Amino acid sequence: MTASAPASRNTYRNGPDEFGRFGMFGGRFVAETLMPLILEVEKAYSAAKADPKFAEEMEYYRKHYIGRPSPLYFAPRLTEHFGGAKIYLKRDELNHTGSHKINNCMGQILLAKRMGKKRIIAETGAGQHGVATATACALFNLPCTVYMGETDIARQQPNVFRMKLLGAEVVPVKSGTRTLKDAMNEALRDWVANVESTFYIIGTVAGPHPYPTLVRDFQSIIGEEVRWQMAEAEGRLPDSLVACIGGGSNAMGLFHPFLDDASVQIYGVEAGGDGVETGRHAASLTGGRPGVLHGNRTYLLQNEDGQITDAHSISAGLDYPGIGPEHAWLHDMKRVNYVSATDKEALEAFQLLSKLEGIIPALEPSHALAYVSKIAPKLPKDHLLVMNLCGRGDKDIFAVAEHLGVKL
Amino acid sequence: MTTTRIERRFAALRAANRGGLVTFITAGDPDYALSLDLLRQLPAAGADVIELGMPFTDPMADGPAIQASSLRALRSGMSLRKTLQLVTEFRKDDDNTPIILMGYYNPIYSYGVPAFLKDAKVAGVDGLIVVDLPPEEDEELCIPALKSGLNFIRLATPTTDDKRLPTVLRNTSGFVYYVSIAGITGTRSAASGDVSAAVARLKRHTDLPVAVGFGVKTADQAAAIARVADAAVVGSALVSRIAAHVSEDGSASSKAVEDTLALVRELSAGVRRARQ
Repeated sequence: MTASAPASRNTYRNGPDEFGRFGMFGGRFVAETLMPLILEVEKAYSAAKADPKFAEEMEYYRKHYIGRPSPLYFAPRLTEHFGGAKIYLKRDELNHTGSHKINNCMGQILLAKRMGKKRIIAETGAGQHGVATATACALFNLPCTVYMGETDIARQQPNVFRMKLLGAEVVPVKSGTRTLKDAMNEALRDWVANVESTFYIIGTVAGPHPYPTLVRDFQSIIGEEVRWQMAEAEGRLPDSLVACIGGGSNAMGLFHPFLDDASVQIYGVEAGGDGVETGRHAASLTGGRPGVLHGNRTYLLQNEDGQITDAHSISAGLDYPGIGPEHAWLHDMKRVNYVSATDKEALEAFQLLSKLEGIIPALEPSHALAYVSKIAPKLPKDHLLVMNLCGRGDKDIFAVAEHLGVKL
Repeated sequence: MTTTRIERRFAALRAANRGGLVTFITAGDPDYALSLDLLRQLPAAGADVIELGMPFTDPMADGPAIQASSLRALRSGMSLRKTLQLVTEFRKDDDNTPIILMGYYNPIYSYGVPAFLKDAKVAGVDGLIVVDLPPEEDEELCIPALKSGLNFIRLATPTTDDKRLPTVLRNTSGFVYYVSIAGITGTRSAASGDVSAAVARLKRHTDLPVAVGFGVKTADQAAAIARVADAAVVGSALVSRIAAHVSEDGSASSKAVEDTLALVRELSAGVRRARQ
């Protein structure tokens, strides 16, 4: 048994261990000021999981506010276009707020309320997590501060305006590369200074334990629904799953319920930017190595001195130099295939789905579709492929127009 | 058990009945040569213990001043290897002033823990403060560091309650660094009454010296801390002083060292008069 195997060798689903580790990945690499609170969050989450009232509350808001279950949609024209696998889209872009992010925010804000916290902070890249957090805060009447890199603010104006409409304060982050990683640094700095009053709603399956676990658990509704929806539609399990990965929350949500189904091929698509070979990309697994950042050990883009290097992606939501620790572990265990798609391929996929299915996808899942376009034509016609359409593209039309040389 | 430079220095301070001054600068800020020049003159200006920041791109517990100093150092080509070289050169002329490397784990992890500990020891490093390694991660670096004869100095904070304090103190050695505010470096300052109560609380749990930092900027603040604790730590105020002499292109004027040392002298005078 290797050092990086979980407690039981028969499952990929019982991590993390009591130290918050998935094999060697994960952990609690935070400043002492935060440590007592991290332990408190872990305790509160364990209690919530054991409380049927928490599950009932989640169920209520999923159904009546988020609009779950989201459809599992058979995409006929896309299937015909590729001429291979039968393509299903998990329509998480139809959730309230336009992405999968609200699944997690709802869970965390209910947890924050249980803990008696009076103020919410969050980081955001594309702005989808910021919008979802601001939405949940409006719903529960809690003040909300969202940290967002200046670079991302410039390329995601519609979401910035949305957050403000929802009553959130959006703080531009000017440090470092002014993108998602710097927004996370700044949110952590805020948290250290306001630890008594504040709950930090982390948007992805990263950060110190227990965040990677609780975000995964709240997002797993995606894969759980796919399981029964596919059983209804086709009477069996899907053959492959494809999702894009920045930090990896939508992917983990889709993948986790299927990890122990050996027949299911799983593909995580990282952002290849200008191409992994150019060095200008955000593919932490393909182009990085293990390190410690933002509370966990995982694969990171870094130089030989352990300094974090810039990630590059057309998609602000994938523009992060790390990845959730459970993905790092699944990569090392070879359970999930991690691949990448470039900016250019994502842009093509963005337009393709708009034209063929009348669905404008976000740039993030456009990466997943770009990879689907590579494998689907080669797969047999009875192969059932599920792609997580984790966000809609309204927020991206200005950026895409610019890339296509169109003046709006 | 042989004593370390840190232990000897705090014993001497105790014998002299005065509080110490711990000065923080970032290694290689704004460049290697200036940093070495400044480092060499810190003891004569009154620094009793030197904390040398290991530059990192993502210093999550630091405020704007130290973030900026880290970036200046990195821009000038600083690395962990060069930081160790800086210590080696400092040690050629000074075998008494304790040097503590302070920073974040990733550069050390990237260097390789065994190689880092060996090279740090050879360079003449006495202790480590690694902000993102709480007791829960002691196996990573703390235990190996202690085994190789380096002190591992832990941060205790206002959120470390009496129940948790023993966990934090368990593998701490050299001294305890009390972070006087819940927050990042170089921002708010703690009320002196709070500091004195916090130090008293720590002293009930440990015989180790207690140094207090975060938000200590002036000689008077340093003096107030030196009255109730074993040492005051000043960082952001010093790196801000350096920053004032650095131009847009990263070059520093000749006044940078002199002016920073002047502030160290003031702070030193503060801690020295505190208990008189």
